[in-house]
Amino acid sequence: MNIVENFDLYAPRLINKKELLSAGHRACQGCGEVLGVRLMCKALGENTVIASATGCMEIVTSMFPTTAWEVPWIHVAFENAAAVASGVEAGLKGLRKKGKIDDRYIKVVGMAGDGGTMDIGMQALSGAMERGHDMLFVCFDNEAYMNTGIQRSSGTPMGASTTTAPAGKVSSGQKTWKKNMAEIIVAHGVPYVATACPSYPLDFIRKVEKAKSIKGPSYIHCFTVCPTGWRCGSHLAIAMGRLAVESGVFPLYEVENGKYKVSSEMPKKLKPVKDYFKAQGRFRHLGEAEIQKIQKKVENEYQKILDKAKYLKAWD
Amino acid sequence: MAKRIGMEVAVAVAEAVGQCDIDMAAVYPITPQSHIAEHLSDLVADGKINAEFVTVESEHSAMSAVIGASGTGARVYTATSSQGLMLMHELLPIASGMRLPIVMGIANRAVSGPLNILNDHSDIMPQRDSGWISLFAENGQEAIDLSIQAFKIAEHKDVQLPVCVNIDGFQLTHMVEPLEFPDQELVNKFLPTRVPYATLHPAKPVTMGAFSMSDYFTEIMKAKDEALKNSKKVILEVWDEWAKMFGRSYKPVETYKAEDADILMLTMGSMGETAEMAIDGLRAKGVKAGLIKLRLWRPFPFAEIKAVVKNAKKLIVTDRAVSFGGPGGPVFSEIKSALYAEIQRPAIYNYIIGLGGRDVTVPDFVHMFEKVIADKANKAVDTYEFWGVRE
Repeated sequence: MNIVENFDLYAPRLINKKELLSAGHRACQGCGEVLGVRLMCKALGENTVIASATGCMEIVTSMFPTTAWEVPWIHVAFENAAAVASGVEAGLKGLRKKGKIDDRYIKVVGMAGDGGTMDIGMQALSGAMERGHDMLFVCFDNEAYMNTGIQRSSGTPMGASTTTAPAGKVSSGQKTWKKNMAEIIVAHGVPYVATACPSYPLDFIRKVEKAKSIKGPSYIHCFTVCPTGWRCGSHLAIAMGRLAVESGVFPLYEVENGKYKVSSEMPKKLKPVKDYFKAQGRFRHLGEAEIQKIQKKVENEYQKILDKAKYLKAWD
Repeated sequence: MAKRIGMEVAVAVAEAVGQCDIDMAAVYPITPQSHIAEHLSDLVADGKINAEFVTVESEHSAMSAVIGASGTGARVYTATSSQGLMLMHELLPIASGMRLPIVMGIANRAVSGPLNILNDHSDIMPQRDSGWISLFAENGQEAIDLSIQAFKIAEHKDVQLPVCVNIDGFQLTHMVEPLEFPDQELVNKFLPTRVPYATLHPAKPVTMGAFSMSDYFTEIMKAKDEALKNSKKVILEVWDEWAKMFGRSYKPVETYKAEDADILMLTMGSMGETAEMAIDGLRAKGVKAGLIKLRLWRPFPFAEIKAVVKNAKKLIVTDRAVSFGGPGGPVFSEIKSALYAEIQRPAIYNYIIGLGGRDVTVPDFVHMFEKVIADKANKAVDTYEFWGVRE
């Protein structure tokens, strides 16, 4: 899918032109994650409060006394973004019902990286989702602890070389399959769960807008390319995101009240994972047999999503 | 007219918090705090408190949630104990560093290793340097009063810091005591709606919890230290106002028969009343014994401590926690440090008492006095003793 250059001329209302994450932040050149955050803010609009976990997005946007945030934003610690967001939601609710603040609708959003969501932040997130707070949680997944220096997380894919699961003479990097976080949130009975990638900005924005409209918990797992950690060119963040989707490594879909829908961006025929791997230094050590093992797993996992979309019905 | 009724102290603390127009509470149950959590839930369920009650999945999330809610400008409360407080530990300096008013009740309980559910002060002591105002209740009435006062202190424009109210687990939380609840109208007058410094609201977007490197970090730490030290002035004002409105006065350091005492004992928390009985017995025998009860643990009341011990020859400091491999109990270290530069100071002795709920009786306190009186060397000791330990 290509977006016409003068998109704005034809469809000026589709994207909020106001920047709520301002320029001047300190993200690396070509960072896919900060692009994701920026697009998310555009979709959310001004009546938003964001609770962020510790991580790249926190340090690059909030170097005291400067800030890149044009929406109310709070950072407390690494593992508790979802708990802080649930407190913000409860606080606003408590104040609103007593008339201590105006009664505008404010969307509360929690955000964290893959480590802050899937590893250390999993308990707080599970609690917040289970309690049914009116909040969106977005995981910006760049598949390792990039802020601390590219250490493996449970979001790191099989075979990727990281600084704590390096490829070596007797190891081919990550030994485990990536944790399927979106499915874990679906299992919480959350009304809206989606996967997205800033390489598909309109799809991502539409999903954030949909999540915003849900009065209750929602979750978006946003796949964000980290050229620094993945060892690819900083001009390749968008291309790598596309290839991850086109190869089925990171399928785009949404689950609304248990009903799966594969996003229209998904190709009829998947590209080989090899095409996705070859520009990334983190996969460079993989041999043909290892690539084929991953290829098979990717196809199986994608088929599961297609089957769910075909057979599963909405909860109610 | 204020009503006087018999009630379990933990339940009473929840009732008192319910009088404070809280907007949000997040509590995770733990013995012996759980009756506070349960009764607060009852009050919300019966519509007696108009607040959001968040049943978090851990104490870590309880503290995270009240930090987030305090950021919105809400009046917030949480309560915990022991392991729960240890789990919150990471967030305590963040709450004070963000200058967010939060009130927390702590049903003090021993920290595990081995697991124990009974009372001592080993849970609060590791939190000492977290930048929280820390108050100790001696009885149920104080637990109620301090819980209400804590909101006013925390939210004061010159303070904006979290406050914890220490209430000895079981010894206080599970006692049924005759208690006087302040009239709601007077509480409303004493404690008006919170006026926050800044809030998480789209009307005026702010960034809270920014990242800071060496260029600003030291300045931020000094500002926090000064805010905590300066909070004493506000604490004294609040106690003064409380005394005028409700007739019960509070001081950072309370004394009992201390004015002419040759030998003083210092306690913190619920053991003060037991120690008073020992002092009455000793006084009856002609021993000039007196008691100091430390109510304000942070900010530490240096001037008040110096003033009350000035004329005593000996001072027994009791501790309900151990500083392993350290110079004695944590209160003992603090008192020694407070008196180091004083020319006229008593000889100081340290007993570590009542660990993990071990009972300390009136005769125990009498024996401590007798032992110290028998020490003719009359100079400060560098050692400490685990009172009543079996060896």
